[in-house]
Amino acid sequence: MMELIGIPPQALFGQLMLGLINGSFYAMLSLGLAVIFGLLNVINFAHGAQYMLGAFVAWMLLNWLGIPYWGALVLAPIVVAATGLVIERTLLRRLHDLDHLYGLLLTFGLALIFEGVMRSQFGAAGMPYGNPLPGGVNLGFMWLPWYRGWIIVASLVVCLATWFVIERTKLGAYLRAATERPEIVQSFGIDVPRMITLTYAFGVGLAALAGVLAAPAYQVSPNMGSNLIIVVFAVVVIGGMGSIMGAIVTGFGLGVIEGLTKVFYPEASNTVIFVIMALVLMVRPSGLFGAAK
Amino acid sequence: MSAATMTPALSAPMKLALAAAVAAALVAAPFGVYPVMLMKVMCFALFACAFNLLPGYTGLLSFGHAMFFGGASYICAHTIKELGFPPELGIVAGTAFAAALGLVVGALAIRREGIYFAMVTLALAQMFYFFCLQAPFTNGEDGIQGVPRGIFLGLIDLSDDLSLYYVVAVIFVAGVALIHRIVHSPFGQVLRAIRENEPRAISLGYSVNRYKLLAFVLSATLAGLAGSTKVLVFQLASLTDVYWTMSGEVVLMTIVGGMGTILGPAVGAAIIVMMQNYLASFGEWVLVIQGCIFVLVVSVFRKGIVGEIKAAAERRRARREG
Repeated sequence: MMELIGIPPQALFGQLMLGLINGSFYAMLSLGLAVIFGLLNVINFAHGAQYMLGAFVAWMLLNWLGIPYWGALVLAPIVVAATGLVIERTLLRRLHDLDHLYGLLLTFGLALIFEGVMRSQFGAAGMPYGNPLPGGVNLGFMWLPWYRGWIIVASLVVCLATWFVIERTKLGAYLRAATERPEIVQSFGIDVPRMITLTYAFGVGLAALAGVLAAPAYQVSPNMGSNLIIVVFAVVVIGGMGSIMGAIVTGFGLGVIEGLTKVFYPEASNTVIFVIMALVLMVRPSGLFGAAK
Repeated sequence: MSAATMTPALSAPMKLALAAAVAAALVAAPFGVYPVMLMKVMCFALFACAFNLLPGYTGLLSFGHAMFFGGASYICAHTIKELGFPPELGIVAGTAFAAALGLVVGALAIRREGIYFAMVTLALAQMFYFFCLQAPFTNGEDGIQGVPRGIFLGLIDLSDDLSLYYVVAVIFVAGVALIHRIVHSPFGQVLRAIRENEPRAISLGYSVNRYKLLAFVLSATLAGLAGSTKVLVFQLASLTDVYWTMSGEVVLMTIVGGMGTILGPAVGAAIIVMMQNYLASFGEWVLVIQGCIFVLVVSVFRKGIVGEIKAAAERRRARREG
């Protein structure tokens, strides 16, 4: 068996693949956080909980209504986004003129509620969700399970589509304009409050979609979001929230770095992203792609 | 965050009377209520008051204070149990560790502001949690159990709950008095200036970052004092105290009682600790109730209990004078 730098290629590429999968989730979640932050000036602490809700709604659709994975992939994000719509209209809107930290505290409370309700209903242990794409393909240097490939492709497509809409379409131009100067955009006759509501719902839906993608790969469990969101916060600090493409690149890049750390120095694999964050804060405090804000 | 006015809400004799009443209540309390419960409340109250130095008086919301509280408790437990330190030295060791950790974390975190500051502190605290999970001396999931309470200063045998109660009460009162002193010193005035208008504080010639860092270290140190003291009460240091939920709890205590008030966080801590005690049998619903309190307080009750009382007293006085 050929070896690369003392590591069998199967292990190396396997961990790289897992890193890319983690990176897919980092990218999708930090993208949603950045879009929400841009327009609402709120860091959505409930983002991880909404990712978890996406996975749970998919599980409920399958086990209670018999709707399979591919249906859940469309329905679950819509259901969770609808709850986001209600949250923005009833709670977040009232905090719009206050210090941004209140939005953080409110969404932290929401995250506790979601996680607590799911734990009391389903227990803290994870529940399995069947793999919709069993099997895989032998690439010669590694075995690629179909579902893992699907996660990476799907999240890349979703991320790039979001980037395209925001950076290259008229709707995206409105959105970017409202991020900079909401009152002027409003004076041009565009309904900015509605845009804010829909943007929050979109970001939340994106988190739920990531949750559905994660359901077959990991266990569906109430704490799957809270551990992830803290890492995603670190990703956001590293990348800065100024750039959509920056969020995507940072997410995938850090996933890969984490995967490589698992191969070469496994003890540090769950802290490496935080260490990178500390280094970035020392060298470039505004983040790799961020403007000082 | 919330604007605390500079005019005191209470007159000087009223303040003295309030302090005397609190002191009398502290002395008499263990004869009416289970002392361990009271000590738990005091540890968390000191933790919350220490935490409040940052969001309440400097305008920095830390979401990672569990690392100082829990980190100090690990060091205190380890030095007492494994190295044979007497309890007072164990507390000093834990507190000193929290101060050193606060210096490192604070130097990193103050490089960002607002929401980013919260995310950075949360992420660094999670890193510290993973460190505690893997480090051999913390015993992982089991924690450091059966820490001997020992003899305080070679004089007071702490195995008696009542003696321990009075030691904890003295630590609590000293800690809160120190916080009161910090807040009402010229240094505290500068912190408030930074909270209200940082660019103006800079233009007045204050090196804002040094003030922020010192406030961070003081807050971390006193949080460490609270965490170390808690070890003596429960004879235990565990992962619960360094987890992100603990960082969230101290935020909750502080906003329930009133950010930017001296006694508000202590009141909030008492309420949350007792609530957890009474609701312990409801299991996971405690999390849901805590979440609901967060949403409720942030939506309609932003000043907190003590903050609302203060505001009401000021309104009444303004009416009488005006």
